Amino acid sequence: MNMMSEAAVEKALDKKMNDISYKMIGKDVSVYYGEKRALYDVNLNVRENTVTALIGPSGCGKSTFLRTLNRMNDTIDGCRVTGRITLDTDDIYDPNIDVVELRARVGMVFQKPNPFPKSIYENVAYGPRIHGLAKSKSDMDAIVEKSLQKAGLWNEVKDRLHEGGTGLSGGQQQRLCIARAVAVSPEVILMDEPCSALDPIATAKVEELIHELRANFTIVIVTHSMQQAARVSQRTAMFHLGNLVEENDTDKMFTNPDDQRTQDYIMGRFG
Amino acid sequence: MSQVSTSPSMATLGVSAKPERRDIGLRRRYAAERRFRLFGMAAIAFGLLFLFLLLFSVVSKGYTAFQQSMITIPVEFSEQVIDKNNERATNPQKLVSANYPVVARNALAKVLGVAEDDRAGLKAVNGMISDSVRTQFRDMVVANPAIIGTTQTVTFLAHGDLDSAFKGQIDLSVAENNRKISDKQVGWMNTLVESGALSKHFNTGLFVNGASSRPEAAGLGVAVVGSLYMMLIVLVLSLPIGVAASIYLEEFAPKNRFTDLIEVNINNLAAVPSIVYGLLGLAVFVNFAGFPRSAALVGGLVLTLMTLPTIIIATRAALKAVPPSIRSAALGLGASKMQTVFHHVLPLAMPGILTGTIIGLAHALGETAPLLLIGMVAFVADIPGTPLDPSTALPVQIYMWANEAERAFVERTSGAIMVLLIFLILMNVGAILLRRRFERRW
Repeated sequence: MNMMSEAAVEKALDKKMNDISYKMIGKDVSVYYGEKRALYDVNLNVRENTVTALIGPSGCGKSTFLRTLNRMNDTIDGCRVTGRITLDTDDIYDPNIDVVELRARVGMVFQKPNPFPKSIYENVAYGPRIHGLAKSKSDMDAIVEKSLQKAGLWNEVKDRLHEGGTGLSGGQQQRLCIARAVAVSPEVILMDEPCSALDPIATAKVEELIHELRANFTIVIVTHSMQQAARVSQRTAMFHLGNLVEENDTDKMFTNPDDQRTQDYIMGRFG
Repeated sequence: MSQVSTSPSMATLGVSAKPERRDIGLRRRYAAERRFRLFGMAAIAFGLLFLFLLLFSVVSKGYTAFQQSMITIPVEFSEQVIDKNNERATNPQKLVSANYPVVARNALAKVLGVAEDDRAGLKAVNGMISDSVRTQFRDMVVANPAIIGTTQTVTFLAHGDLDSAFKGQIDLSVAENNRKISDKQVGWMNTLVESGALSKHFNTGLFVNGASSRPEAAGLGVAVVGSLYMMLIVLVLSLPIGVAASIYLEEFAPKNRFTDLIEVNINNLAAVPSIVYGLLGLAVFVNFAGFPRSAALVGGLVLTLMTLPTIIIATRAALKAVPPSIRSAALGLGASKMQTVFHHVLPLAMPGILTGTIIGLAHALGETAPLLLIGMVAFVADIPGTPLDPSTALPVQIYMWANEAERAFVERTSGAIMVLLIFLILMNVGAILLRRRFERRW
């Protein structure tokens, strides 16, 4: 693969890190499911070209927060979001913001691999097609190839692009879903426990992929695995009972957290 | 099993002592399972038995309906009988109103050697000929008046009673004056069979003829065409309306008290007795909208109303069965709600929708009660050209034939049931094939 050298990537990223720019800013975000409140005034900013991991015990609201970032919560009946979330300078809950356009800018990868029951090619081509991103068949072929390469799947599937996407193994399916999300060229990619249904080898591949995607995308990942958060992310946010407990550099978070609850959770004392 | 012999090597391994065996009720559990399987098999055997009885009864009574006795003899189209005064050049009605049964009677009498002045004999001969020769011969003569005065070999229908006797359906041990066919006629019948003049032919009339009070000439033509029109109307109306309603309710409509009410109502409508739909159709389509009575259009509309709840329920179930992850995937890519539904959800729900639709159609095809109320239980002799013409339907035709007194209608009733069952089987096979064709795994 014609990737930048590892050193060059790190250098570019360090430069970015030094003058911090926030891709998404969440201010006083609260979420209600009917009467039940799931998030309490969360203030969390997502840095550009950074992998931000959201950790915390089950039911702590980390997935809920993730889903507010591309308004997937809109599809749940009785779900209400208050507070402000911006993408660059746009308030994504502004009535003038089109949710379809938002989701083209903020893509999502789900917990369980969910390829469409269509061919591998069609899976990747679907997003660009509905958004009219390809002018011609050859354009589309190029987008599909590039996306599959970015997802590290090209070499495995290039000879069977027109076979069913559901015939792939679990790890390949998840990378196909990542390729599908990447094909739309979003600015942010949200990942909701993307490796929880995968075996360790497939997990390692997806983590490596996340690491590479960071050069082009801002990534927010929900994970149950401390080790995974430590391996893939630069920033980590810890949620507990609907509150944001702590948000910090991943290194600091796992060595010397500011909050006792983070310490306890990371040490495995609860959750 | 017998006791395991402990080999010396195992003893040296220090195998732990076997604990006392616990009674975990295995015998009871297996007995319960065996009992349940027996019940299941008995239930299936019971069901199969009744299915077999039904089919046996229908087929054994009905298979003869697909054959019809016909008489093939030389017939003299005598000018003396058809057009005694030679007026056909001036009076075109003459050839239409001529007394053709006499032509057939004379021909048969000649073959059987009955004298022309034997009035009783001629009457008995007449009783062996179907009155449908009137139209058959008329059509021949009108199409080609040159055959008048010539002798042609013609095949025509035997009388229904002769047909029944020939098929052995009339008990000849009954006293002669208590049965429909006399000893003399039976004797003639045997003569005709021996000479090859009376034989059984495939009964095309059963499929193309309209209603007739003479069983040998009665057919399902009108009913088949009427049912076909109605099925087309039901399909064209109820599939799009039902699918659109279900998609809206399932994917777009807000979940509130009003949509709950609609849902409950749809479920209840599926259980409304069909005769109520017939009354509704009579009031709305015939009395209010002024559509013609007995028309396939009205029948189709009534059956559409009846089928809609079935299709809506089946479609909603099919839509519900599509995994939510597919919807999330499409929405997460930025597909609009409508694109999500039409690109992903609907194709995956298609097998279920089609199965539900065909089962709904099959149900509508066999429905009788509402059609009785809108006047489709009628004597219709001519095949309807459009859905606005009077017609009947297959199940209604069965109902009407079942009410007829003649022996020959018994086999026709069963024959019509067989035709209806074949239609239903074909539709179900269609449903299975469509399901296979559209089924996709995820």
